[in-house]
Amino acid sequence: MSSWINLYNISYAIGEFLMGIVAAILNFFGQWIGPLSDFADWLMSVNVLNLVAIFIGGAAVMVFVSIINLFIIMWIERKMYGRIHDRRGIMLPGPWKKTHKGTGFLQNLADGMKLIQKELITPKNADKWMYDIAPAIIATTSILAFVAIPFSETFYVANINAGLIFILAILAIAPLAVVLAGWSSNNKFTLIGGLRGAALMLSYEIPLILSVIGVILLSGSLNPIEIVHAQQQTSVLGVENWYIIPLFPAVIVFMVALFAELERLPFDLPEAEAELVEGWLTEYSGMRFGLVFVSKWVRTYAGAALITILFLGGWSGPVLPGELWFIIKSYIVFVIIVWATWSFPRSRIDQIVRIGWNWLIPIAIISIVIAAAFKWVGWF
Amino acid sequence: MSDMWINMGPQHPMNHGLWNLKVRVDGEIVVESIPVLGYLHRGVEKLCEKRDYNQIIPLMDRLCYVSSLTWSHAYCISVEEMMGLEVPDRAKYLRVIALELQRVASHLMWLAAFAPDLGMFSAYLYSMREREHFLDMLQWLTGARMNQNYPRIGGVRNDMPAGFPDRCFKELDYFEKKLEQYKQLFDDNKLFRMRTMGVGVLSKEDALDLGVTGPALRGSNCPIDMRTHDPYEVYDELDWEVQVGKEGDVFSRYAVRMGEMRESCRIIRDALKKIPDGPVRVKAPLRPTGQGFRRTEDSRGEALIYVIGQGGESPYRLKIRSPIFAIMRAVPVMLKGTSVADLLAIMGSVDICIGDTDK
Repeated sequence: MSSWINLYNISYAIGEFLMGIVAAILNFFGQWIGPLSDFADWLMSVNVLNLVAIFIGGAAVMVFVSIINLFIIMWIERKMYGRIHDRRGIMLPGPWKKTHKGTGFLQNLADGMKLIQKELITPKNADKWMYDIAPAIIATTSILAFVAIPFSETFYVANINAGLIFILAILAIAPLAVVLAGWSSNNKFTLIGGLRGAALMLSYEIPLILSVIGVILLSGSLNPIEIVHAQQQTSVLGVENWYIIPLFPAVIVFMVALFAELERLPFDLPEAEAELVEGWLTEYSGMRFGLVFVSKWVRTYAGAALITILFLGGWSGPVLPGELWFIIKSYIVFVIIVWATWSFPRSRIDQIVRIGWNWLIPIAIISIVIAAAFKWVGWF
Repeated sequence: MSDMWINMGPQHPMNHGLWNLKVRVDGEIVVESIPVLGYLHRGVEKLCEKRDYNQIIPLMDRLCYVSSLTWSHAYCISVEEMMGLEVPDRAKYLRVIALELQRVASHLMWLAAFAPDLGMFSAYLYSMREREHFLDMLQWLTGARMNQNYPRIGGVRNDMPAGFPDRCFKELDYFEKKLEQYKQLFDDNKLFRMRTMGVGVLSKEDALDLGVTGPALRGSNCPIDMRTHDPYEVYDELDWEVQVGKEGDVFSRYAVRMGEMRESCRIIRDALKKIPDGPVRVKAPLRPTGQGFRRTEDSRGEALIYVIGQGGESPYRLKIRSPIFAIMRAVPVMLKGTSVADLLAIMGSVDICIGDTDK
């Protein structure tokens, strides 16, 4: 686990190398201008290098989350639901075979390029400021959630003590933008979609948070890294104490609430494309639409990563490095999400709200009781 | 939020065809709805008055693009009634086989349209995959996938090809296995039942009053099927049962259609076993006079063609009674008080085909 190959060490090494070049140049000029040498020394001091390493590491996480990982999960989803549909899925654009056996890995890139070229249409009577800012809010909050999501012991941007609260809070901002977009587009379909988004948020934010309380009780921390550490201890069962075992009801509640939170298919009412055209997204075009569309995957991955951290032991696992374990687990969760998405029909808004209040909240409360009992007995 | 009017159409994902449904909603509840038809009016009835009797058959094929064979057959059978023409037995059986193949293909197209309305896009591709087999069979029998132009006045255009029954049995075996899978995919799906059961209830009295026919009527616990009610061709000699739903809700209509697909398979099997030898077409008289009026069971309901000949090359008047045109009257009744999300399920369960509605 504590191998030397971790994000911090690598970015420290990169930072040291880059700073070394800068310092060498500064030292060269320092022959004539004295203070520059002192500046170079300061640049090479441990504190500054630490800071640079953190910046580089943060940039690396962001690039991974928003570019590399995003393309991978989009490809997984499109290919997988293609197979669920009994068709081949995307196959043509890609670096390898350009036949039906191709992977089509670059299809999403091609789609993004197309969206960038499209005109950004603003409806005549739209509230321009709100209309423009809604996709930006969704995109930024989605990516910002990864600030607090650690990919391993050392692969993270910020080690926030109340990281869990930060993640849940930042993911809960997006429905606000949904209402904003629905209202500002000045369209009947978007309005209904936006209000459905608000109703969904009200009924699903609560079970989502309630189901996490069990984890907090058992681990005694709000810090994602500490939560994973707590899961790495051995439990009464003799294996690692992954919270999926004692808190199974909470996992179910979290998963179901996550579908509503992510506006995925059984609960994708705010953008129910059959009845509300595209819901609150109807009026968006071009890259504004693209941003929101892509953010959906970023948020889905954030949800999968959260489940991995909270219930599946995070990055703990034998042999392979922690980052890889984390990605494997979160991809498995993501595949389960995709699988469920494409097998169920869309639910109705009153049914969804009823499920949320009548089933999910009681189950979540039961899971809290279970967690408290286990904590009291001292089993997990 | 006060009431507002929403135009669901002419360009809306809900519309399977070109029509408009004006809906007044109070929040999510539908208060009032007005179907607006006529976007696809082509004047088929008038066109028929300028063509001779055989030229009308391809025109009737184009009435409904999903279930074209049933329409050209409805026309042929009405004209035969007018001429007093007796069709050879083999032709009758061939017609039944083709009609039932077409009916299954049409019902699968309905399923492909209905399931994505509920958000099950997977089912769209599944049923389109199965439909392909039936279109293959139709293509082999009639020569075309879509506008078959197969029935003729006095019979059918051609006999069935050699080896047709064997391959047909094989395809039916395959499809019946798939139907069991659909049962698991839909009937055993809690969310699907939540969305369809008790939604869009159409009572038997309302259905009869409003002239609703076809699966929508049988879903309302009313066993009226023109194939047994007013038997044509050889349906009364074959072994099958009318499918009836109990509740009159979306699920009943769905179940009736799924049952009809199963029954159609039975009909095809039975007809292929019982088919006699003989000619497939008799010569039709030219310049007939009189009137023909024959009700047939289209995939969507009662298809009726009334034709008057006054001794000319072409009919004097031809009237098409489209099942969906009558069901559209029942739409506001079914929609009243439901939510916008249920509107999708209800309109999907009606199986709208605008081609024959607007004529």
